[in-house]
Amino acid sequence: MTATVTRPAPPRGPRARRRGISRQTREMWVLMLPALVPVLLFSVGPLLYGIGLAFTDARNTRVHQTEFVGLENFSRLLTDAEFWSSFQIGAIWAVSVTVLQFLAALGLALLLNEKLRFSGLARVLSVVPWAMPPVVIGLMWKLVYHPDAGLLNDLLGTHVNWLADFSLALPAIIVVGIWAGMPQTTVVLLAGLQNIPKELYEAGEMDGAGTWRRFWNITLPQLRPVIVAITSLDFVWNINQFGLVYVLTQGGPGGRTRLPMLFAYEEAFRYRMAGYASMLGLAMAIVVLAVLGLYLWRQMREAK
Amino acid sequence: MRRVGQYAALVAYVAFLAFPLLWLLSTALKTPQEMALTEPTWIPREPTLANFGDAFGEQDLIGAALRSLVVALFASVITVLISLPAAYAMARHRGLVNKLAIGWVLVSQVFPFILIIIPLFMILRDLDLINTLPGLVVVHVTFTLPFALWMLQGYVRAVPRELEEAAAVDGASRLRSIASVVAPLLAPGVVATLLFAFISSWNEFMFALVVLQNPDVMTLPLTLVRFTGPEGVARLGPLAAASLMATIPSLIFFAIIQRRLKSGLMAGAVKG
Repeated sequence: MTATVTRPAPPRGPRARRRGISRQTREMWVLMLPALVPVLLFSVGPLLYGIGLAFTDARNTRVHQTEFVGLENFSRLLTDAEFWSSFQIGAIWAVSVTVLQFLAALGLALLLNEKLRFSGLARVLSVVPWAMPPVVIGLMWKLVYHPDAGLLNDLLGTHVNWLADFSLALPAIIVVGIWAGMPQTTVVLLAGLQNIPKELYEAGEMDGAGTWRRFWNITLPQLRPVIVAITSLDFVWNINQFGLVYVLTQGGPGGRTRLPMLFAYEEAFRYRMAGYASMLGLAMAIVVLAVLGLYLWRQMREAK
Repeated sequence: MRRVGQYAALVAYVAFLAFPLLWLLSTALKTPQEMALTEPTWIPREPTLANFGDAFGEQDLIGAALRSLVVALFASVITVLISLPAAYAMARHRGLVNKLAIGWVLVSQVFPFILIIIPLFMILRDLDLINTLPGLVVVHVTFTLPFALWMLQGYVRAVPRELEEAAAVDGASRLRSIASVVAPLLAPGVVATLLFAFISSWNEFMFALVVLQNPDVMTLPLTLVRFTGPEGVARLGPLAAASLMATIPSLIFFAIIQRRLKSGLMAGAVKG
């Protein structure tokens, strides 16, 4: 709030100025109010309540007779083999989708930045997966992976039931995750590339730096803030993914694609374990924040 | 030689992006007989639009699309109406509230939906809003709000303060200067945010799945999933046709947004 004082104020007396500040503050609160009320009521409130639920034995969403059980849900989580399996699947899924999609998007953004022929077409196509409803993306890929009428079996001349195979289902959905997320990552990286001053490259060229050196010493460091931002966002989105995989496999076969959020959804709305499901969500949030914090902290230290 | 490699990579990318889309289109145009062939065909031999008609017959697609439309319209308009003043405050008065708001925008992206949806489900149930469209509108507004705030405060920040101050010097009241100077410059940003919120709501599946359990009130994404049935043995043609139809609004809106975002309105405004 002090920042408002530092604005070049029109010449006024000290008293008038103080009154002006408080009027501004009041004004700001009034302006915030329409957004603040629903956020507190339907977002912050429920979130805090959800965190509280994680420490109760709520057995369904009618929680009138629940009791505080401390860390019981947490210790149950630690010994729940199904949780660990879904945690592992979630880690494999989120890391591979984020990393692979980033590498592919970086290569592609560099290509599109070169202004090749057809790069316009590629750019237009890039927008399409971004605009498609995730449910439609899931259904479309079900058609691609279909054992009888599917595109992939046709191309490969095989007869595989990709989404029902124990070892192929996870890689199959990872490919879909990349397909769905790569365009957005590409567009963001491309914008980052276009913001790098041309003079840097000209200077590099004069110093006799080759393509590879220029990429390593100019492009990557300049792109660093964008890379850090988009990979962390992608990671968070991927670890919280639900709809796409729900449509593709519903977590099957045999739980091989049951991401943590699908596991939590089943616990909460099929088995009605509201307290346990909330603890699962809380644990995932803490893990994500820890991973993210570590990553951002390391990136910031290296950047210095 | 380098160019060859580059073009190969570009072709590979275009193919990766386009093949599933083309397959969706091709499946939507095939007859059931052709679908049953052991060797799938790329280009339908007798392209037919029958699947589109069948899609409407098999599920209440029109009803679902209308419900999605109503929810998305209400959710996006309400989102923009309530976030516009807040975004203005965030952009113009930097301070504690601004920091808190940005913090909340970030936090809301990280927390898993399950932590919020269980209590939200209970609140909506107590308000008798489960299985109702207003219930879903409430959920969608809270779901699109953080990002809308973020987008809008960026657009407000792009309107130079000097313009407002100049209007004030000319004797315009604060509200007057907002209405006549800021609002017109903000219009493209508001449209973009509105479209973003609309598409988010139109596409949204997860919250809808929890809030709407009665098939009679389901939105389009939920109805589409019903096409596949429990074992995924769907009639593929109608499924593909319905999927294509569900994508059309998103594509149109994205095409509009793209143009809107490109119009370099700001540059001219400051000079003029």
